[in-house]
Amino acid sequence: MSKIEVKNLTKIFGSNPAQGMRLLEDGQKKSEILKKTGMTVGVNKASFHVEEGEVFVIMGLSGSGKSTLIRLVNRLIEPTSGEVLIDGESLKTMDTAELLNTRRKKLAMVFQNFGLLPHRTVLSNVAYGLELQGMKKQEREAKAIKTLEDVGLKGYEASYPGELSGGMQQRVGIARALTNDADILLMDESFSALDPIIRKEMQNELMNLQSKLGKTILFITHDLDEALKLGDRIAIMKDGQIVQVGTAEQILEDPADEYVAEFVKDVDRSKILEASHVMKRPEVVMSHKDGHRMAIRKMEEVGASSIFVVGKDNELKGLLTIDDAIKAFKEDIPLNDILIEDVISVPPSTPLSDLIEIAVDSKYPITVVENSKLLGIISRVSILSGLVLGREKDVEIETSEVIPV
Amino acid sequence: MNYFDLPLEDFTNDFVDNWLLPNTAGFFDRISDILRSFIDMVTSFLLFIPPEVIVIAVILVSWKASGKGLALFALLGGFYLGAVELWAESMQTVAIVIVSTLISVAIGIPVGILTALNKTAERIVRPILDFMQTLPSFVYLIPAILLFGLGSVPAVIATFVFATPPVVRMTSLGIKQAPEDVIEASRAFGSTKWQLLAKVQFPLAVPTIMAGVNQTMMLALSMAVIASMIGAPGLGDTVLTGISTVNVGLGLTGGLAIVVLAIILDRITQSIGTKS
Repeated sequence: MSKIEVKNLTKIFGSNPAQGMRLLEDGQKKSEILKKTGMTVGVNKASFHVEEGEVFVIMGLSGSGKSTLIRLVNRLIEPTSGEVLIDGESLKTMDTAELLNTRRKKLAMVFQNFGLLPHRTVLSNVAYGLELQGMKKQEREAKAIKTLEDVGLKGYEASYPGELSGGMQQRVGIARALTNDADILLMDESFSALDPIIRKEMQNELMNLQSKLGKTILFITHDLDEALKLGDRIAIMKDGQIVQVGTAEQILEDPADEYVAEFVKDVDRSKILEASHVMKRPEVVMSHKDGHRMAIRKMEEVGASSIFVVGKDNELKGLLTIDDAIKAFKEDIPLNDILIEDVISVPPSTPLSDLIEIAVDSKYPITVVENSKLLGIISRVSILSGLVLGREKDVEIETSEVIPV
Repeated sequence: MNYFDLPLEDFTNDFVDNWLLPNTAGFFDRISDILRSFIDMVTSFLLFIPPEVIVIAVILVSWKASGKGLALFALLGGFYLGAVELWAESMQTVAIVIVSTLISVAIGIPVGILTALNKTAERIVRPILDFMQTLPSFVYLIPAILLFGLGSVPAVIATFVFATPPVVRMTSLGIKQAPEDVIEASRAFGSTKWQLLAKVQFPLAVPTIMAGVNQTMMLALSMAVIASMIGAPGLGDTVLTGISTVNVGLGLTGGLAIVVLAIILDRITQSIGTKS
């Protein structure tokens, strides 16, 4: 059983949703319905399911209906048609008391603009969900203090939200959601209002928390990088419709349509990532002066089946595989004669989008070379992680430490 | 434009004389009795306490609520009211203001909340408020006399009519102004409508509501003066005597006393609003 199951969920805003529904059934588009009737199709027959412990990201630009969709999931907005099942129970058939109970116990939400109660202290905000459930003050505040510690806000219990920075306010928002002990977190553009550095920090912390808590998270964002970073699976929304659901790799490698492809293209462009950003320090770099024995031992040390060979001043000589090294050792052939010299070399400024194609055809890691000096190597893994996580930090420090043995 | 006759005047008089008074006299008499004993109680309480005690209490409250300036003003104001021998009249006026403000607030805040949450209620209440605010106060002073007799009771009734609209409107405004995202967050965590009102909307509206209470109190004070024409005791009576005997000095001393009360009441209620 899925934790959240959404079936054919549709929301039409306007005077006569039934009529809008009929037009939708007839296959009319969102723009046509708007033109004809003035009604807005917020969400158009969205279906997906989220499994327990999964981080499911819904990604779309503003106006794509993603914020409406997440509010349909806890019925803050009444759906026009379709169904939402939480733990197999349909929200549609619930009466007010059951719905409130589901919101209190199962669905906790984190908002873009935090939605904190400005007249209450941080502690009181975090305990708010439990207060609504009628839990005694002492008990709920003890729980709230614990979650505040978990999100790193110990000592701020008595502050008011207005006294905190945006990042800290959102920590309060997350703590409020976690205090409820709900299995499901609904996160509506939760990090979008934060500046980029804080945002990244919060993403990392969310992933940390998630690895400890194993919640089921439905995360809404307009930022593909965020989606790729956080999502176990990602749904891409456009004009109220879900156009593709898949893992980060599936979406990057096999976009369902041009719209998604355009997005994926944007990943490269937007990051302006280059080879130098994602390259890694070669696992072992050794001088051509070293003998076979040394080469084999080095490969053994790092558990690699091949090794790049450099000369003086880091000049790239070629790639040596373990098989060749052993063979050469036995037959006493000089190392320089058995080096694979046609390894693919690119300049450090090569865009990542070009590297993807090269990496597909290349058996060996790509080398980044400038003035015939080896700066770093790029494996397929580092390209993908570069796409998802952004530029590799501290690369320059690492490469500067590469000293030929 | 005289296409047909509308005998509103005769009709109203007829209605009041032949139906309203005979049928509801008992009812209004009872209300009148309750109000009178309430007003008398507050008045005699204020007159029973030595003026020095009241002045010191007001100075302390002023200090706490606003600061040294207002405290000093309250001290000087107290000396002034004593020096012109208008202490008793001032307390009578304050009693009427307190009672009518209490009634206005007790009815106005719930009505304001109702109009904020319910569109139908708003459609009904809003024209009534317009009516109450724009109808010249003298017009309802007349039926107030008929129904409640002369004295402080019709004064309180007339003051209620005159002074309630601001607290209703400001309460309604304050409740409606609660930020949408905060309301949504509260709903997402499963608040009932009552919880939403009690824990989010009302607390956030308090400063606005207090601004309404402040306005209501100021209007009550100004009406308490006008109501002297229907026999309300107090500073208004002093001013009225000054006018009718062309005694400029008496009019001025009474008028200044009203100003003293107004400034102190206004500053205190205002600072309560902004502090919360």
